[in-house]
Amino acid sequence: MHEFIQQYIVSYLKSKDLTPGGAGNVFWATVYILLVFVGLSIAVIAMNWLERKILAHMQVRLGPMRVGPHGLLQPIADAIKLLLKEDIMPAEADAAIFWVAPFMVVLAAFTVFVVVPFGPTHAITDMNIGILFMLGVSSLSVLGIVMAGWASNSHYPLIGALRSSAQMVSYEVAMGLAVVSVIIMTSLNTEGIGTLSMIGIVQAQMAQGTWFIFKFFPLGLIGFFIFAVAMVAETNRAPFDLPEAESELTAGFHTEYSGFRWSLFFLAEYSAMIAVSSIAVTLWLGGWLRPFPNLLHGAIWELVFSLFPGVTFVLLGAMCFYNVARMPKHPLFKIQTMGLAAFGAVLALIGLVLFVPGVRERVGDIFWFAAKVAGFMYLYIWYRGTFPRYRFDQLMKVGWKILLPMGLALLILTAAAGFLEAPVKEWLSRVL
Amino acid sequence: MNPVATPFFFYLLAGIMIIGGILVITRKNAVHSALALITTLLAQAAIYLMLYAPFVAGVQIILYAGGIMVLFLFVIMLINIERTQKERQFNKQWLVGIAAAAALGGLFIAVYTKGKTLFPEGRVSYEEVQNTQGVATLLFDRHAGVYMFAFEIASLLLLVAIIGAVVMAKKRI
Repeated sequence: MHEFIQQYIVSYLKSKDLTPGGAGNVFWATVYILLVFVGLSIAVIAMNWLERKILAHMQVRLGPMRVGPHGLLQPIADAIKLLLKEDIMPAEADAAIFWVAPFMVVLAAFTVFVVVPFGPTHAITDMNIGILFMLGVSSLSVLGIVMAGWASNSHYPLIGALRSSAQMVSYEVAMGLAVVSVIIMTSLNTEGIGTLSMIGIVQAQMAQGTWFIFKFFPLGLIGFFIFAVAMVAETNRAPFDLPEAESELTAGFHTEYSGFRWSLFFLAEYSAMIAVSSIAVTLWLGGWLRPFPNLLHGAIWELVFSLFPGVTFVLLGAMCFYNVARMPKHPLFKIQTMGLAAFGAVLALIGLVLFVPGVRERVGDIFWFAAKVAGFMYLYIWYRGTFPRYRFDQLMKVGWKILLPMGLALLILTAAAGFLEAPVKEWLSRVL
Repeated sequence: MNPVATPFFFYLLAGIMIIGGILVITRKNAVHSALALITTLLAQAAIYLMLYAPFVAGVQIILYAGGIMVLFLFVIMLINIERTQKERQFNKQWLVGIAAAAALGGLFIAVYTKGKTLFPEGRVSYEEVQNTQGVATLLFDRHAGVYMFAFEIASLLLLVAIIGAVVMAKKRI
């Protein structure tokens, strides 16, 4: 029995080109699920801190500074506060639905990560219908929001829920059209068979030698633009945050929620942001592929790009040490200074580990994927810091009268471009 | 490939669907009914998955559970629930009900007893990887695409529903 288990665990490591789901290995699938879950939780915590800090700096404030050096422990303090808060349920609320709604939202937000490809083998599983699965399951989160708003039995949450459902249903259409144009692009190979699998889409970009954002310029770019607008609306973020518009609806659909249940909504919102960003990265920005594989290739460039993850972490550690030197020299800041130095040391150590040849070959793809997603996360914060909120009629106008016709035109033009690509190339080669 | 289509899963999902279906018609609160219907639809998607039809399952989740049911809930939430709860739930059309149930039951019994002669023997089954392509071939292929007409006719049905909705909602067209 013992040997069998050992054999079972080792057998996956020998197959180099399978995801745990593809190999049907339950042990490694569980390990990957736990890793993704932990990684996501850390990302949400980091995102919480970064959002406050970056927004504050955009508005020439300092942001959180009290809890830990530069407010680094603020998210943890907040999490503890939320867990200790009283869990209030309105007397007139529909108890069962009020209970279920936050779990529904979290479930939808986390389940989509089953198919997110962090690398050719670094995904929990590769589904034949990957992108459909992601869009479908993430569209279930709107049900949770509607349930939450309705079950609260209060006016502001109900208005928030109505706005949210109208908004998400409208923008899903434009989003779907942009996605279909990418799926047409994946079918431009010799067999003429496209793919819906997330890993397959990235491999199609690798095979065609271009990220789909640059394919049929400017068609890929337009598709990416439609998706980038629709995904902000889909996650209810500024400038499309009407379902939770603070100035009009208090907090929108989660007005009546408090404590742990509210924190579930928070968690779901941020992991949904990461999820849609990873769809955008996979479909248009080459997923786990490193930048400039055509221009800068060869053994030396491979080595240079494989050093990036380690360099990034070492630089982050160096930044910590720079701030250690800048900390006030007052005795009250002694513990904070030591804590920051320890944090910097940990980051630098992680960076050094990432320089080890065996490790750096394995984490390169995850690093590039995460770096691209992080770019999108920064964009989300940037939007929130700079754009004023849309009015509801403007929101509907953008969705139905601008993005939807654009999406339809894009779909037709992409299909035409794909159809004409080969004949035009042949004609050109004969003429020239 | 180990089959996941074990009887256990079938009975589990079928049980969920039946309970959901009963809840849809017995709940007084329309929102509860809609949520029960969503449960039923999700279980149905799982049954499609069990039959190695992932594409149909994905479309089922996107269209029904994600799209149509959200619109259902959207409309239900605008209705005054307090008033609907006091209204009579069943409108005592026993005769029509029995006739419809008997017809459906008869159909089921006919399929169950004579199914082998009614349907072709060989089941068309695709590998899971080719399922989506298989659906596309049956719909759009120049030679094998026999279901295009049926598909378009079904979409015509939806068009009729849309026109009906517009006619009912607008006083002056």
